[in-house]
Amino acid sequence: MRVDLTVNGERRQADDVWEGESLLYVLRERLGLPGSKNACEQGECGSCSVYLDGDVVCACLVAAGQAQGRDVMTVEGLATDDVLHPVQTAFLETGAVQCGFCTPGLLVAVHDLLARDPSPDDDTVREALAGNLCRCTGYEKILDAVRLAAERGRG
Amino acid sequence: MEFLAPTTWADALAARSEHPGAMPIAGGTDLMVELNFDRHRPEGLLDLTRVPELRDWQRTEDGGVRLGAGVTFARVMTELADLAPGLAMASRTVGSPQIRVRGTVGGNLGSASPAGDAHPVLLAVDAVVEVESVRGSRQVPVAEFFTGVKRSSLEPDELIAAVLLPPVAGPQQFAKIGTRNAMVIAVTSFGLALHGDRRTVGAAIGSAAPTPRHAATAEAFLAAALDEDGLWESRGDLPDATATRFGDLVAADASPIDDVRGTAAYRRHALSVLARRTLGWAWHDYRGEAA
Repeated sequence: MRVDLTVNGERRQADDVWEGESLLYVLRERLGLPGSKNACEQGECGSCSVYLDGDVVCACLVAAGQAQGRDVMTVEGLATDDVLHPVQTAFLETGAVQCGFCTPGLLVAVHDLLARDPSPDDDTVREALAGNLCRCTGYEKILDAVRLAAERGRG
Repeated sequence: MEFLAPTTWADALAARSEHPGAMPIAGGTDLMVELNFDRHRPEGLLDLTRVPELRDWQRTEDGGVRLGAGVTFARVMTELADLAPGLAMASRTVGSPQIRVRGTVGGNLGSASPAGDAHPVLLAVDAVVEVESVRGSRQVPVAEFFTGVKRSSLEPDELIAAVLLPPVAGPQQFAKIGTRNAMVIAVTSFGLALHGDRRTVGAAIGSAAPTPRHAATAEAFLAAALDEDGLWESRGDLPDATATRFGDLVAADASPIDDVRGTAAYRRHALSVLARRTLGWAWHDYRGEAA
């Protein structure tokens, strides 16, 4: 089947989509957007977090056809031209990136959190990021990144 | 494989009737896992996310709530904390933010997992599942809805339209055991409702029997114990012995198995603790109501 959707502000079309495949597969394999990572394929790790009509979801759990006509934003949509989003800069500066596999999903989740709550306390951050697993950092650097991005966002 | 995407409830029922091999999909948080791992290959998917009738909830005439099957856990948490406190509590424990924003109460029922997070509370409050097909609509008490592990009384041409929640009649609680706070399938779970208006107790267990089910012996014991001691009216101290006995009876009402998530013995023990603890919290709330 054919799926038409908006991705990062652009109208995109995917052809020959199998009815049972996920939005994640469409993004990575059909639309050339490998930023969203394919890890657990069961909604546990958050590496494939994307916005779907404004909600952060696991792209691996959205059937391709469910994204027909919808608006998707992936990690590729955060930066503008050559300028990183402040959340991305904060991750780099605090060392919140190690192997980097969880980073795209975390960036999307943190982007969403700070848009809703510019000054989250640590408990709120931990709760908001509970669906994003990182096996490298022990999360402390990620919390530092969120604090830094929040501080700059307010300043 | 077919992908059916009806945009009205009538079209959804027609599609369900004409394509009984197409699996209904809402949030996809269970079904997409099955597809991703190639554990299950249905003849088609029947997408219900474009059916507006499923997405809303309304107050009912009796003061309860008619919760559309497609209302997400995220919305139950934020919109129904007062009208469905137990279900809102259970919703907060579902998966992660990404899962709660997609997963629906109707989907939870449709999957009919013994570990479904919504189920114990729905049993405890005596919720009713409204199911419909092109043949008509019927109402199924939640206790009769679950018929086995991941099996329900839904007919092949039926869809879940809504869940009917009675008016809140007293404190409600939910608790669940898992290896961490987020992203866990319950090792065991427990829902409790004290129906002060009619002096009955709703208590139900999850993940500790082939289906979610009432802890019927424990329910009857606690209601009678509160009656005998005049505690429904006095709202006095709850004797420790009553709470402990209640916990023991809840554990005895379960029939858990050993599996990868935990042993049967652990599940029974955990249930007795959850039951005693949630009763403590609920009783605290019940006493506070009088003040």
